[in-house]
Amino acid sequence: MDIIIAGCGKLGSTIASNLSAAGYDLTLIDNDDTVLDHAIEVYDSIAIRGNCATLSVLHDAKVQSADLLIATTNSDELNLLCCMTARSINPNIHTIARIRNPEYHAQTYEMREAFGLSLMVNPERKAAKTIHKLIQLPGFLKRESFAKDRVEIVEIKIDHESILKDVPLTNLYKIVKCKVLVCVILREGEVITPDGSTILKENDRIFVTAQTNNLSLLLKNLGVISKRSGRVMLIGGGNISLYLAQELIKSNIKVEIIEQDATRCEELAGLLPEADIIHADASKHSTLESEGLSECDTIVSLTGMDELNIITSLYAAEHNVPQVITKVGYSDDYGILDKLPIGSIVCPKELSCNSIVRYVRAMSNNEGAAVSVHTIADGLAEAVEFKVDENTENLGVPLKKLKLKKGIIVACITHQEIPTIPNGDSYFEKGDSIILITKSDRIVLNLNDIFG
Amino acid sequence: MNYKMLSKLFSQILALECVFMAPSIIICLLDNEIGLAINFFISIVIILAVAGILKFLSKNAKKGFYAREGYVCAGGSWILLSLGGALPFFLSRQIPNYIDAWFEIVSGLTTTGASILEDVESMSRGLLFWRSFSHWIGGMGVLVLLLALVSMGKNNNGFTLHLLRAESPGPDVGRIVPKMRETAMILYIIYLIMTLVDFLFLIAGGMSCFEALCTAFGTAGTGGFGVKADSLGSYSPYLINVTTIFMFLFGVNFNLYYLITTKQFKTAIKDEEVRYYFGIAGVATVLIAINIRNLYPTIGETLKHSAFQVSSLMTSTGFSTVDFDLWPNFSKGVLLFLMLIGACAGSTGGGFKVIRFILLFKSGRRGLKQMLSPNKVAVIRMNGHQVNEKVMNTLNIYLTVYVLILLASIFVVSFDGQSILTNISAVLACFNNIGPGFDMVGPSKSFHDFSILSKLVLIFDMLAGRLEIMPILAICNLSTWKRK
Repeated sequence: MDIIIAGCGKLGSTIASNLSAAGYDLTLIDNDDTVLDHAIEVYDSIAIRGNCATLSVLHDAKVQSADLLIATTNSDELNLLCCMTARSINPNIHTIARIRNPEYHAQTYEMREAFGLSLMVNPERKAAKTIHKLIQLPGFLKRESFAKDRVEIVEIKIDHESILKDVPLTNLYKIVKCKVLVCVILREGEVITPDGSTILKENDRIFVTAQTNNLSLLLKNLGVISKRSGRVMLIGGGNISLYLAQELIKSNIKVEIIEQDATRCEELAGLLPEADIIHADASKHSTLESEGLSECDTIVSLTGMDELNIITSLYAAEHNVPQVITKVGYSDDYGILDKLPIGSIVCPKELSCNSIVRYVRAMSNNEGAAVSVHTIADGLAEAVEFKVDENTENLGVPLKKLKLKKGIIVACITHQEIPTIPNGDSYFEKGDSIILITKSDRIVLNLNDIFG
Repeated sequence: MNYKMLSKLFSQILALECVFMAPSIIICLLDNEIGLAINFFISIVIILAVAGILKFLSKNAKKGFYAREGYVCAGGSWILLSLGGALPFFLSRQIPNYIDAWFEIVSGLTTTGASILEDVESMSRGLLFWRSFSHWIGGMGVLVLLLALVSMGKNNNGFTLHLLRAESPGPDVGRIVPKMRETAMILYIIYLIMTLVDFLFLIAGGMSCFEALCTAFGTAGTGGFGVKADSLGSYSPYLINVTTIFMFLFGVNFNLYYLITTKQFKTAIKDEEVRYYFGIAGVATVLIAINIRNLYPTIGETLKHSAFQVSSLMTSTGFSTVDFDLWPNFSKGVLLFLMLIGACAGSTGGGFKVIRFILLFKSGRRGLKQMLSPNKVAVIRMNGHQVNEKVMNTLNIYLTVYVLILLASIFVVSFDGQSILTNISAVLACFNNIGPGFDMVGPSKSFHDFSILSKLVLIFDMLAGRLEIMPILAICNLSTWKRK
């Protein structure tokens, strides 16, 4: 499949790296030579320099025969124009645009219709939604929803106080008293696919499949605080803060935003009457303390600078803020951040990239394609959701009799809207939706590929 | 430096060379030359053993392959390849001196066509075939073929651009389709088909199968090893004209053929480099034809010889139909000029490349304009697109190094005490991968009489010329090997 990526910034290059590894034919457009020089050395792709909304550049990029255009320049308007121009040359092309100006947010649906976009991504909005979910249930480092939000894969870190420390997985049920499945263990940067005899160790990060309505029970039995967060402090007043504050206020949580730009503060104060907007420099720790850092239930570091976010989060952890969430914008490798107590890490570009990769996979493989794809464990593993249809092999055969390929775990089977964590006697039936966990180096494109 | 990855690639290249040697064994067996076949077989065993050791050393190679590794890989594989390729000549004692054998195969692989043989026709057909086939292998490049055949693993796919860059001629190498492997495959398919067509045309002209194969290989790789003492002199006008045309076609940028096969004629015709290439060749042919009009009986024959020599030297092939060393000095001057210019970038031809001359000319014109009006800002355009200043910078560096190596080589070669024209043209002919020069290295003579030192310098020149200097210099540069 021929894919054009216009704009090779943070998001564009993350997508390029993902799609080039998956073997698609990529053409990259950017107006910066240095960016392109680097891109063609690292990704298997053609690079074209120029303005992606001009006919000549799009012709050079062979838009007339391309299947998909992803516009991720840093200007919303340019992205839209690029998609429209492309569609005027090739009406059959699918287009994805990044639109992130909050003022356009209300008209998302109309814009999609008017400009014929297949998908619009808003990394900031996506990040805000993800953070909101984390604030709803403090104690999980990450949450990914499946099967229409009935099942989730949550990430839990085993620290030295955890009651799961040194526990073999066979004893897990006795402790958590609900049906959950540990599907991946991330230990020292390596992915382990566990079995019953695996023993959890300190500093492991485990990825657990559970039904959404079991999550608070899970937290309670693990002895992790699950008191609803009542007061949230947001460091940095960017778009993520704005979206997040709107959501939080809706669920009656008190929000405090610290922003150092006076004009932006006034803007936010106008948009968010219920929130406390503080005009101060968050890098001064005395400011944080005087604004009541230690009384907060959650602190979210959302400034545009990764370093500042990490330091603020470290400081908050030092002051025993129960939940800490850190936004990271640039990093490719979260492994190094693992050892720091900075709580949940949220990366907007990664989240948007996931939705785009999901769209591309669905496009390239209509039959038996994954319904959704989520990368977990720092991108080292994937959780893929499939629908079981009449073409699926081995229907009705219990899992213990099936030989699955190595490193593939069936994490959940949803039968007639009821999700169950499978055991050896579970089987696939037509109409089921199932969740598989695989290591990222073996991508499962079709459900029948899992049978050994 | 990722040594493990390098030795993995080296072992694959050497394994590929063994496959390339197989056809020569068949020729030997057909000719009942069992001894020679055994020599080829021993060479294959030795090469495979080295490849095996390298393969063993490359276990658990990490990913990551950058510019430095790309250059070292290109330079290193060509040196290893030529050292291995020289074995059959040496083992069979048909070239008793290993340096001479090395010179011969480097000349083959780099598509130079300069020979140390004084009597070509006395050599066995198996070895003659290997010599000519090496032109075909070296013409498009071994690394490119390796890229087309072997997948580097999904994490290394992007990095292979460094390999293509290091091996393909031209200042600005890119892909023609997004995937590196497909790009390499398309190039080789075009190459293969054009060689086949050339071969069929030669067969149709009554050439024997063996001679047609060797001539087609020499033409396709723009190499120039012939199987006869007088190169192509004794063939019919038809065969000479066919070869003139095909040499010229193999000197055109292969991306153009891809454009033509995908029906993008407009872009293909507009290509500035090709226009200049045709223009220069046309003017040179006419000038020489006028200059030598009294040497040949008819206008047709004059044009035939003139066009053949122009095509042969400009594309850096080095075939000849007549001893052009006997032509008047003006014609020799024009030919020397063509030897310097060379063929198009992205072709199998060697030399400085037409596109570099166009860019230098434009850069010079700009410099002059800026001198006269110091505040003028001007950009250089090629095919309507602005040329990146970084490309111009690299080009200036290339020119500097090119001239320095040229002068240094001429200096060293002059220790042998030959005439100045001999020395200059010998170095030019090797450095630009042409083959024959003038005077003592003219088309009817050979490089046999040079000293060992001169031959080593010329081997260096041939390799440097084929790989566009930098990979070979990278290997010779100490800082490449420093731990980083």
